[in-house]
Amino acid sequence: MSEKRDFEPRIIGFLCNWCSYAGADKAGGMQRSYPANVDIIRVLCSGRVEPQFIISAFAKGADGVIILACHPGDCHYKEGNCRALQRHTMLNMMLEQLGITKERCRLDYVSAGEGEKFIRVIGEMVETVNKLGQLKINHGNGEN
Amino acid sequence: MSDSEKPKLAIYWAASCGGCEIAFVNLHEKILDVDAAFDFMFCPCLLDTKKKDIEALQDGAIAVTLFNGALRTEENLEMAHLMRRKSKIMVAFGSCAKGGCIPSLANFTGSDEMLKTIYIDNPSLDNPMNIIPSGVTSFAGGEISLPGLLGRVKHLAEEVEVDYFVPGCPPESDQIWNVIEKILSGDLPPKGGTIGCGNLTVCDDCDRIKEEKRITAFRRSYEFYPDTRACLLEQGLICMGIATRSGCGAPCTRANMPCSGCYGSPDGVSDQGAKMVAALGSIMDIGDTSGLSESAIALRVEEFLQTIPDYAGLFYKYTLAGSTLGGRVGGSR
Repeated sequence: MSEKRDFEPRIIGFLCNWCSYAGADKAGGMQRSYPANVDIIRVLCSGRVEPQFIISAFAKGADGVIILACHPGDCHYKEGNCRALQRHTMLNMMLEQLGITKERCRLDYVSAGEGEKFIRVIGEMVETVNKLGQLKINHGNGEN
Repeated sequence: MSDSEKPKLAIYWAASCGGCEIAFVNLHEKILDVDAAFDFMFCPCLLDTKKKDIEALQDGAIAVTLFNGALRTEENLEMAHLMRRKSKIMVAFGSCAKGGCIPSLANFTGSDEMLKTIYIDNPSLDNPMNIIPSGVTSFAGGEISLPGLLGRVKHLAEEVEVDYFVPGCPPESDQIWNVIEKILSGDLPPKGGTIGCGNLTVCDDCDRIKEEKRITAFRRSYEFYPDTRACLLEQGLICMGIATRSGCGAPCTRANMPCSGCYGSPDGVSDQGAKMVAALGSIMDIGDTSGLSESAIALRVEEFLQTIPDYAGLFYKYTLAGSTLGGRVGGSR
């Protein structure tokens, strides 16, 4: 395990049931360790991830959000991952204007066999968010 | 009925443009019915009663206050609390009071940065002493003071308890009449409800022909003259009707202009901007991507989206203060 840090980023991961969640399972089966900062939410398809889920995650204290999808062409529902990519790209353009840099909201592809890639992507994400620091939400904190 | 026996009606404006009052006056002859039913006693835009007259009233003496405008200054806050205290029914009237509307677009930046843009960096301004109006100013005739600015623009319900919300920028006059009738008849939904509107989306009000939604490129209003019968969204215009509450009767799409979303999000949707991203993201058609690498596909999506310069401003035009994030997060730039 990596050494203890002052700030432990809290990251929400939305993982597609058919590819990426199985990829995470594979990583677990390999008994390889990876940072425990990502709280995984299994969704049936990356296309199910409403932009509202991501914005709510940030509003409720997440420092980062990662969406893991099937590789293009491999979607169980044909084009759910394509929609996820389109929404994610548009959402990131909007989040930048709201003060959330695109590094805090990442979309990547992990297939069922890519346990190694899952570990790498999670490690990179945690490292990136750790460098960016905590996301401060000033809405509703009593500031006038 | 003499004025003293009639229930009191007040209309107050905070950070607003006066459009809500104009929409109210656009009740035309029905305004006589309003006058017959209510003692219309306070409205700084139209009447000469003063704040001290309100302060002199007993708490709860006003039957209904239609409060329009967002909360931008300390004075707005003070008046919101005063009107709440004096009113039995407090209505957040119009999109500013409901969700922050245009004034809350200032929440994309901090107050200091905003003042600098307005009073220092503004190219049409001559301000050699870099004066930013604030606080108390003394001059030969005495002293004048300005209320302080809040750090961010708030909507009414962030500060006081709101009984009902009426959306619209401004609310359509026929819907204002519906609200008046509902209040008079007592046929009101549970507290906190939204009135003077529908429960579906503007698409339900819009009678254009809707077919398969597949957009191969976004287009903007100045680029072409849209077909007057086909769905504007299907023609590539970013029409917010799909993520906007119904009830307006779709006057914009009837005038061949896309809906800009002034009635806010429909029932079941908390963040209008997020819903627009969800909707547009699923009808974009970037063409055949077979054989393309993941990075080439990502690039194609980016190029598609770059035709619109300001997604957040477009999607949160009427709701930023009331949106999930409420404005820019992470402190000012």
